[in-house]
Amino acid sequence: MIELWQNLHPVVQGVLKGLAVIMVIFPIGGACSMAERKVSAWIQGRPGPNRAIVPWVSWIPVVGPFLQRLGIFHVMADGGKMLFKEDALPGHVNKFYFVLAPIVAMMPALTTVTAVPFGAYLDEAGKVIPIALANVDIGLLAVFAVSSLGVYSLILAGWASNSKYPFLGGVRASAQLISYELSMTLSIVPLFLWVNAPGLEATLGLGRLVEFQSQPGFLGGMWFIFLMPVSAFIFITALFAETNRQPFDMPESEADLVGGFHTEYGAFKWGLFFVAEYAHMVIGSGVFTLMFLGGWNPLPWVSLADLVGWLSALSPLLAHPIAVGLLSIGIFLGKVLALIFFFMWVRWTVPRFRYDQVMELGWKKLLPLSIANLVFYAIAIAVIQTK
Amino acid sequence: MATGTPLERKPLTFAERTYVPQIVSGLKTTWKHLVKPKETLEYPEQRPAIPVGYRGVPTLVKDPNGREKCVSCQLCEFVCPPKAIRITPGEIAPDAPTGHVEKAPKEFEIDMLRCIYCGMCQEVCPEEAIWLQNQFSMTGYTREEMVNNKARLYEIGGTLPDSHFKWDKKKSAETHGNDRH
Repeated sequence: MIELWQNLHPVVQGVLKGLAVIMVIFPIGGACSMAERKVSAWIQGRPGPNRAIVPWVSWIPVVGPFLQRLGIFHVMADGGKMLFKEDALPGHVNKFYFVLAPIVAMMPALTTVTAVPFGAYLDEAGKVIPIALANVDIGLLAVFAVSSLGVYSLILAGWASNSKYPFLGGVRASAQLISYELSMTLSIVPLFLWVNAPGLEATLGLGRLVEFQSQPGFLGGMWFIFLMPVSAFIFITALFAETNRQPFDMPESEADLVGGFHTEYGAFKWGLFFVAEYAHMVIGSGVFTLMFLGGWNPLPWVSLADLVGWLSALSPLLAHPIAVGLLSIGIFLGKVLALIFFFMWVRWTVPRFRYDQVMELGWKKLLPLSIANLVFYAIAIAVIQTK
Repeated sequence: MATGTPLERKPLTFAERTYVPQIVSGLKTTWKHLVKPKETLEYPEQRPAIPVGYRGVPTLVKDPNGREKCVSCQLCEFVCPPKAIRITPGEIAPDAPTGHVEKAPKEFEIDMLRCIYCGMCQEVCPEEAIWLQNQFSMTGYTREEMVNNKARLYEIGGTLPDSHFKWDKKKSAETHGNDRH
């Protein structure tokens, strides 16, 4: 089985791996749209969507009603509706760019995932090898470079719609992205200053960050959210802004711009924007997990290698690379989903900012804070690492 | 007119200006709502408790002896603001057990597409024959279905207890003399 895999052409391998990852990201996007509705409902004291069911599932005694209460089948109903309803193309739009925009929205969302490691396994020497589509050295830089292309789709959609609300939404999207990209990037520079310690090969890869969070000792096993809380705070705030989540939903602005950039969109094209937003959220949460929440390490000060050590005492089968890989992916996905829940939780907690408040927060608060944070950690790291 | 001195606003503390403690307490509040039991009444399976005096669909009722109470005086027809009630008065045969009541409706129709559930028919009725009862959901596929005729009105109205038995007293007064005097 493994030999057959290794004999395949690298391109075929790559395509298969890519498809496998997309097959995971898409259902997570769908599940997120359901989770969004459910979490909203629960916070508002409602049970949320819980009626749709397929007859042959309702025949299963306990599981069927449980799935029905969970609203699983509403996801299919939503998706089916989006696929089959009429895809209207307004007469006043620039058709080429109007159709191009949702496609452009999907591409960066699915491209960034290549550089994000999502699990790890132990090789024979006991070394932790990250699992990623492309575990490249530029790691985070690639993620940032590609994910910020996502805003082009919003601008394109806003501009091609040839109508005032989408136009304003597009303008806001670009302004917001520029404002928060700066503090986002500056906030994580200290992390890479820390992990590129003297004597190590320089890298911007995300694997190295997790490696640093799984060392033995009090400081070694500490997750970076404890070591650099201000960085984590700035990064997550900027992440909210970058993924256009409430309280920073300026491009969409349901309250004042109808639907913002996607006012003129409907049916499947709108669905693509929607899935792209959730894919961005998943990738963003993944990057945050890797950088600040210890990646695939189960708990702070308990690394994956420790866990595998304990499990292999139970049964050698659990130490098999495939078992460890699945376990680490499970831990990682669990953290990502918890973070996505946090996104939804915040949505119903913090009222949305006015546009000028968004700008003020970005330029006058977060940017100086991230610069001060960078200076502080740069000096501290210089003092510690040159000792 | 405002009197007294206006409240002086305290300047925000540093913690308040960072906005973080407020968000944390807000998250605590929403979390409480997330875990507490849901408020929703899941309607077709769960039904609301109908309070006493609820004004549901108007119905006609019979007294415990099975006599239809309505004497087709048509007061409800006249008082009905949206003109939803249409009564065709009829006579009771003199040799029937309730022949002394003399009149009963031959047909009694309430158009539920017109009815506004105001309860004036119930209020005006001298015989306590028309009651707005507990039924709150009234549906149909055609306009004709939404008109309740006499049979249907008695079917959903049923029997209500009676503390007077007014017409029995009248009959006994006619035959045995009025013992109240």
